[in-house]
Amino acid sequence: MRVLLFGTCLVDTFFPEAGEATVRLLRRFGAEPVFPRGQTCCGQPAFNAGYEAQARAAAEHFLWEFDGDAPIVTPSGSCAAMVKHHYPWLFRDDPKRLAQAKRAGERIHELTQFLVHVAKAHEAGLRGRGTVTYHSSCHLTRSLGVREEPLTLLSSLKGGTFVPMPDAARCCGFGGTFMAKLPEISCALADEKAASIEATGADTVTGCDSGCLMNIADAMRRRGTKIRVAHIAQLLAEGL
Amino acid sequence: MSPEQTSLAFRENSVRALEDAALRAAMKQAADTFGTKRADAFAPVADLEALRDRASDIREEVLANLTMYVDRFVASATHAGAVVHRANDAAAARELIRKILADRGARRIVKGKSMVSEEVDLNSHLEAAGMEVVETDLGEYIIQMEGETPSHIIVPAIHKNRRQVGKLFADRLGVPYSDDPQVLTKIARKALREKFLTADAGISGANFAAADTGSLVLLTNEGNGRMVTTVPPLHVAILSIEKMLPSLTDLPAFLRLLPRSATGQTITSYVSVITGPRKAGDATGAKELHIVLLDNGRTEINAGESRGILKCIRCGACMNVCPVYRTVGGHAYGWTYPGPMGMILTTLLTGMAKSHPLVDASTVCGACVEVCPVRVPLVDLILELRRRKVREGFSDPKEKRGMALFGKAAASPLLFALGQRLAGLLWPVVRSMGGKDVAGRMPAPAKTPLRRKLP
Repeated sequence: MRVLLFGTCLVDTFFPEAGEATVRLLRRFGAEPVFPRGQTCCGQPAFNAGYEAQARAAAEHFLWEFDGDAPIVTPSGSCAAMVKHHYPWLFRDDPKRLAQAKRAGERIHELTQFLVHVAKAHEAGLRGRGTVTYHSSCHLTRSLGVREEPLTLLSSLKGGTFVPMPDAARCCGFGGTFMAKLPEISCALADEKAASIEATGADTVTGCDSGCLMNIADAMRRRGTKIRVAHIAQLLAEGL
Repeated sequence: MSPEQTSLAFRENSVRALEDAALRAAMKQAADTFGTKRADAFAPVADLEALRDRASDIREEVLANLTMYVDRFVASATHAGAVVHRANDAAAARELIRKILADRGARRIVKGKSMVSEEVDLNSHLEAAGMEVVETDLGEYIIQMEGETPSHIIVPAIHKNRRQVGKLFADRLGVPYSDDPQVLTKIARKALREKFLTADAGISGANFAAADTGSLVLLTNEGNGRMVTTVPPLHVAILSIEKMLPSLTDLPAFLRLLPRSATGQTITSYVSVITGPRKAGDATGAKELHIVLLDNGRTEINAGESRGILKCIRCGACMNVCPVYRTVGGHAYGWTYPGPMGMILTTLLTGMAKSHPLVDASTVCGACVEVCPVRVPLVDLILELRRRKVREGFSDPKEKRGMALFGKAAASPLLFALGQRLAGLLWPVVRSMGGKDVAGRMPAPAKTPLRRKLP
């Protein structure tokens, strides 16, 4: 099955290893990932900061790059939610693109959605190691409604231990441009999240969104905590 | 207490709050407690989602026909014997109430909890006219004594711990120090009891107003609300126009939702339904009832894109779960209403020029939307206000230039790839120049981006 891979600007620029892991996973489960060369960003930074025109420019470009019928897979809950829930609003006055946006919303899968519902990766007996805890990113959880899939995958790993984190779905303080506009609050929230992670005793924390993981990793650095922060794609791919 | 609005200094306010260890500990504990209690209270409510839909529909119906319901309420309440006044803005409301009280020679006033009275800054106006105004809700009593404003819409002293209250009472009331909440409550009750019995007038707010019967509905816990509205000969109620319900028969849905959302109670200790003043044969009630309906910009909000915020029933659930609110507390927002509903309402009621940093005081995590009992689309409303901030020219010029560039790069793969390379090359420079806050918390761009690693 041919799938279009939306790397997301963050993974593409800062965390290519999460993108490569996504490719390995998709291939292992019989999908043929294609990376549209001209892809850029879903437009979320502009959309969340109130820049409608710029968000629409990004969204138009996305629809152009990801045109067609193939499923779209992305290692990010918040980018998937952007396409699914906010693109239709951005094109509310443009019937042709509105239809295209709705189709894209139906075609797009956050990685763990695809791995559980399409690839059945949780039945494949992937290996795990060490003790892993999981941060449930806000848009993934509340906007996209992906609560169980990552847990299903993590608890299916053979050999590792999964420990849930208290208040796993509480915001880590990233919030896109929030991190830049109110850095003191952002850091305070990240510290609270880091403390929850430390309390689990896990040696690795994972999640489905690089923005949150980046913010959490920064808190870990500041606190001198030696807990590994890795995208769920990396953890799963290591167990192939 | 008539504090200047400090919403423009949200960041500075929040930095100060972050350094206040007592405030942070009190906030965290209270917010966690309310969050847990709320969840526990709703756990047995099997039809919760249908109930929320119904409450949301009722609130939307009210807003779609607000003028009609307000007119209907005015007619019904008048018929029941109340005198209804309309106040277009805060100044008009303050002056109306002062005049009602002054005309009757009222000098000693007891007050039940009312956020609308905070919105119009009623107390300082009445005090300037030589009246004594005593807040009788325990939390309000505490912060009035401290010279503060509420930092939560239903738990006004949420930012204080019991040791601080104990010290305040000892200092101001000359009682022996105690940090036992029961002892402190008894002290307040004793002091307040006398105020009730000698008051010339009581001022209250209202949680709801039933348009068909002209009734005011008050949900309270301490008994003070009932004292304020029934013991003094004169009762003045102030409420904003959107508090309407089409009918008193709509109330049960809200009685099931509001206390559970607010404090995790299945019902408040008191539910008062006040329909007109005391009639012949009534055992209790004020002899005279005046109702002041405040607009203060709401008719205009109701006609625009932000109408949804007027659905709010002031339960405070959104603030209890808001990561920003629970970290910095309510005073950082710099005006009457804090948290998610507050940042929206403040911006709309006081104007973007006085409040624009508030629209960024959210990670848009959506926790508020998840708990709102009447489905106020809080995140959508925040995003709408951010667009308005940009449109009205209140955004940072640097951000504006950055976003213009972003728009171009996001629509052009060439420019995007170029930007990616430049970011990689210039990262040390970015980090050493003003970009410290952000760039210092991000890793450097990868040597080879994903697009050049994949075939």
